[in-house]
Amino acid sequence: MKVKPHRNLVRGYAQDLRLFGSPAAKAGLAAMLLVLLVLPTIVQDDFWLSVLIYSGITAIGAIGLNLLTGYCGQISLGHAFFIGAGAYCAALVGGDLGLPLPLWLLASAATGAVLGGLIGPFALRLRGHYLAIVTLGLIFIGEHLWRNLTALTGGNNGTSVLAQPRIGPVDLGALEIAGENYSRNQGYFWLVWVLVALVALLAKNLARTRPGRALCAVRDHDQAAEVIGVRAGRYKIGAFMVSSAIASMAGALFGSYQQHVSPDDWTLLLSIQYIAIIIVGGLGTIFGSILGAVFVGALPALIDEYSSAIPGVATDAGGDGFISVFALNQAIFGLLIVLFLVFEPRGLAGIWFRVKAYFKAWPFSY
Amino acid sequence: MGHVNAFLTNVFAGLALGSTYALVALGFVVIYKSTGVINFAQGGLLALGAYFGYTFASNLAIAFGVAILLACLAAAAAGASVERLVLRRMVGQPPFAVIMITIGLLFVIEPLITAIWGFDSLPIKNPWNIRTVEVGGLVFGVRDLWTIGLTAAVVVAFFLFFRFTAFGLAMRATAFDPEAALAQGISARRVYAVSWAIAAALAALAGITLAAGPAGLSPSISFIAFAAFPAMILGGLDSPAGAVLGGLVIGLAEALTRGYQDELFSWAGSNVSVIVPYLLMILILLIRPYGLLGTKDVRRI
Repeated sequence: MKVKPHRNLVRGYAQDLRLFGSPAAKAGLAAMLLVLLVLPTIVQDDFWLSVLIYSGITAIGAIGLNLLTGYCGQISLGHAFFIGAGAYCAALVGGDLGLPLPLWLLASAATGAVLGGLIGPFALRLRGHYLAIVTLGLIFIGEHLWRNLTALTGGNNGTSVLAQPRIGPVDLGALEIAGENYSRNQGYFWLVWVLVALVALLAKNLARTRPGRALCAVRDHDQAAEVIGVRAGRYKIGAFMVSSAIASMAGALFGSYQQHVSPDDWTLLLSIQYIAIIIVGGLGTIFGSILGAVFVGALPALIDEYSSAIPGVATDAGGDGFISVFALNQAIFGLLIVLFLVFEPRGLAGIWFRVKAYFKAWPFSY
Repeated sequence: MGHVNAFLTNVFAGLALGSTYALVALGFVVIYKSTGVINFAQGGLLALGAYFGYTFASNLAIAFGVAILLACLAAAAAGASVERLVLRRMVGQPPFAVIMITIGLLFVIEPLITAIWGFDSLPIKNPWNIRTVEVGGLVFGVRDLWTIGLTAAVVVAFFLFFRFTAFGLAMRATAFDPEAALAQGISARRVYAVSWAIAAALAALAGITLAAGPAGLSPSISFIAFAAFPAMILGGLDSPAGAVLGGLVIGLAEALTRGYQDELFSWAGSNVSVIVPYLLMILILLIRPYGLLGTKDVRRI
């Protein structure tokens, strides 16, 4: 009788690094994909679909930021700048030029990569504190640009983004499959979450192979990484480019879904929201970015919808209540960041790994 | 003559603004030197101090000078308790976590302020207000004069404190080498708490002098601290003298850009003066990454 090794036994690097682990993990992934495909036909309510769509868009952006901050250790407060750039690029390429979905998405990603490549070199000279402050400056400089480049951005009033989710004859905004009509929200849900899956796959592959290891080495100590033969500078700039390309894609989707964007969408608060997401989800995990985006990304929309039911929240400028919706969002992001960093620095993903380890090692878990 | 006067008026406005930046940047440097943390929550402390000042001066009708002092003390207490409750737990954590904690704090303090004092612009009862004095054809705002004077006094006191008092020496020792300082019996905890208290008091002073101006006091006052980051970077993260210098340079640059907006800078869009500090900062970082007076850090593997 042939004895099979235990399923937890790892017998080589290839096995340790494989993308889809145990049969259970494969089954779980398949189930998630199935849920993804079926969910919009079950949940047809526009509000909930839009919450999930925003979460998905945020998840894409968060994966980008996590590659840069969680894996490569470069602090960026300027993520909102790249997201904004992506949205305006979509407005230009998808709206004004009327090109189809893959093209405006790729154009946004390319714009993001170029901008990231311009900002990246700062990371060569600056680390930690300095980089945080420079990227903070990027937010303000960006805001000035968005408000003054009126031809592209419409100035303070914003611009409409007419980029259509159309691939050839297929229009995801008004999908028709086998005689069945699907709403705009349903179409966008599939579009966004399929993209989440693709970006996650791409990021996971990046993280588990040589570049990912190099990024981690740079994060842990860039000079030591340089000594063992990792081109730290190249990887830092690369991380900036990939991260901002992904951010710009998220921005393009955001603009195209919302159909109108203004400079007020890309403030420091947005950057902070993304940082809260990757901290809550778990730094240095792809899965955590998505988890965090679903939890934190959905919050503003939920608070907005149910603000009248939360005691003490003023729903409009003149209303009673001591805190506005905006201020409440801000406070929640702040609190989440502080509490998670103090009490659970590894985030939700860390909790999940702990639970998993407990059951994996059962009955010897202690 | 008109041109010279206009220029001098702009320079004066720049010095007043620069004094505010210098105070905030000095607070950054104190905290950075002793604890190695860049405090993004400084803007929150500044706003908090200004609102304390409002409560003392306008609500409780305390004399303005005393109100300033009380507000600085209250802000100092707030700063020390923030350090004790939150930052103390983060000692030894990587910079990322600590920076994010202070940003998180900022985003908690700001809504807290709006929850207590509301969004509306509040007038601080003060004797300066919009009064002006005229000297030789030049018009000076009384508030600006006081801002510059108070800043100068505080900066002198600050340097005397660090140079000539035992505790100032202890703080410098801790900044230089925390472990050696500990071995000499210096309480690092007290040093950390005091440096946060000093930074908060400086921020409160900056906040009140700013809020005593014509614009009054509103929650967005905390944004001034973001513009003080370039001042700190310009001077060098670990140099108090650099912070003052950087503050003045940034203030001058911003005020001059604003003053000549229509004549020289209309091509750059309206309100370009707001981003001048950041542009200057980027420029200086490319040339001297450790600032004008900062020390170049040596890293070991």
